[in-house]
Amino acid sequence: MHIPDGYLSPVTCAAMYAAAAPFWMVALRRVQRALSTRLVPLLSVCAAFSFVVMMFNLPLPGGTTGHAVGMAVTTIVLGPWASLLVLSLALLIQAVFFGDGGITAFGANCFNMAVVGSLVAHLVYRTVSGRSAITSPRRVVAAALAGYVAINTSALLAAIEFGLQPLLFHDASGAPLYAPYPLGIAVPAMMLGHLALAGLAEGILSAGVVAWLQHSDAALFKLNEPAPLDGWRLARPLWIGVAGFMIATPLGLLAAGTAWGEWGVEDFNKPEARQAMAMASRNVAPPEKAPRGMERLASLWTAPIPEYAPPFLKSPSFGYLLSATMGVGLVLAASLGLHGIVRATKRRDAASPES
Amino acid sequence: MWLRQRAFIEKTLHRLTGTLEHAAYADDAGGKRGFLQQLDPRVKLLGFLGLIFAAAASHRLSVTAALFGAGLILALASGVFALLARFWGGVLFFTGAVVLPAVVLTPGHALLHLPWVGWAVTDHGLHSAVGLTARALATATFAALLVLTTRWGHLLKALRVLGVPTLLVVMLGMTYRALFVLLRLAHVFFEARRVRRVGRLGGSQRRQMAVSSAAMLLSKSVQHSGELYEAMVARGFRGEAHTLDEFRFTRWDWGMFALFGVGAAAAFAMGTLP
Repeated sequence: MHIPDGYLSPVTCAAMYAAAAPFWMVALRRVQRALSTRLVPLLSVCAAFSFVVMMFNLPLPGGTTGHAVGMAVTTIVLGPWASLLVLSLALLIQAVFFGDGGITAFGANCFNMAVVGSLVAHLVYRTVSGRSAITSPRRVVAAALAGYVAINTSALLAAIEFGLQPLLFHDASGAPLYAPYPLGIAVPAMMLGHLALAGLAEGILSAGVVAWLQHSDAALFKLNEPAPLDGWRLARPLWIGVAGFMIATPLGLLAAGTAWGEWGVEDFNKPEARQAMAMASRNVAPPEKAPRGMERLASLWTAPIPEYAPPFLKSPSFGYLLSATMGVGLVLAASLGLHGIVRATKRRDAASPES
Repeated sequence: MWLRQRAFIEKTLHRLTGTLEHAAYADDAGGKRGFLQQLDPRVKLLGFLGLIFAAAASHRLSVTAALFGAGLILALASGVFALLARFWGGVLFFTGAVVLPAVVLTPGHALLHLPWVGWAVTDHGLHSAVGLTARALATATFAALLVLTTRWGHLLKALRVLGVPTLLVVMLGMTYRALFVLLRLAHVFFEARRVRRVGRLGGSQRRQMAVSSAAMLLSKSVQHSGELYEAMVARGFRGEAHTLDEFRFTRWDWGMFALFGVGAAAAFAMGTLP
């Protein structure tokens, strides 16, 4: 997952540095405030730990071995912001001194593994472990899930960065200038290994380390004692993430054609759409007419905003953005409605004389 | 099964030892008398960053090849040519594994068909694979030259010219030192387990061993950082970091700085021409 130099275009590298920079600044400020003068030795030694742990060969079920990054372990022990800095330091030493990961791609590697990896690991660990006791087995499960989800999210981001290269950067004849594989190849190729091996290694390492610390050195968990947070502060990273994804929705316009299996009834009558369907289906020609059942069910409901393009808007990008905003708004309204019903039911139960 | 067990411990030991060796060789090479070793670390840092950027941005194989050639000449003049092979091995292995399928998977005009399987090697696929490998080799060569001809301490101080905060420079320096302590510690863990092992370990026992070593290392790391902090405070550390900047630019350094700058700018311009 350490992207070397030359795979990403300079524009992508610059964008990834820009994406990681605010996180580095916020992390440094937050960690400095929390740790003051202890910051320097603690982060330095933990960065060295991260570096060394990446070299461990972890035996996996089935007889193979894998390498973990240790992003969940550092996040659980040090917190997401300190972990972000620790992993960035370790990645910098790896890139500069050992040639593992590129220098121009350092921003991308940090964003994928240090920033997103740490924040995702934190979110998953906190959500699953909840308010359970430090020695609870629930924390071991939470650590395993945090490691597995975090490394796979990082891998997915790296795959997307690879997959966007031929789409965005090619010469006049269409030959890719940087990483050659489109999203359709980059994502499955990257995710297969990570879902099956690297994720497993990360999950096993995270769970094992947490279980070991619970019995032998539980005091380490106190380094990252969470302060009591109100609902808004707890969910803030999630909101920021949702906002980021919403802003990025126009990227969906870059994907040419229709996703496999998402064809409309009218596509069966268009020659170019039929050709695309055949190509996407290993040259198996689609039926002459749309299947009858599909035709019948398709007419049951007509979407008010088909293809994420509101008819009253001319700009497709803005249409995507507006659709994302409306979608998130609807999901929120439904969640709030559901929450209101649950609360009202609880209040009614509490007020009833039987309870 | 027995082989796998051996492979697991030995592979980890091999990686740990390899890293220690690599660092020792690099530091040794950085102290030798050679062309690049004589240059001011700041010139090398800025110059090689410029060349790395130019090589990473280059679309033209001729420009990338010229940059790679320049790297080889610099390596020969600095006496680190043999050490570069370590970097190239890793780059070629990784890049080869990634780009080989691109030769047949990238759409384009078929140049030839592979025997037995009949897959078509396309012009775009071949161009893309060769270009990517050349770029990866050129950038890795420049990064390796920077590290192999500059002592780590000097390189860290040189980072100050890029505006890297002193605190970060100090942390990088300490990370590098702590790295050796922890590498040796991890090596001792695995070596101790290897020499005491009698009979065969099951899969879960091997996992337990690797995981407990990692956890023990983490515990020791935090403990070590506490001791380090107390030692720093005892020596007057109050949270502010300072570095000694004793570098002096000579005329030779200025000349080489200009040469690096012109070379990188020319390579960037020629390599990114449409």
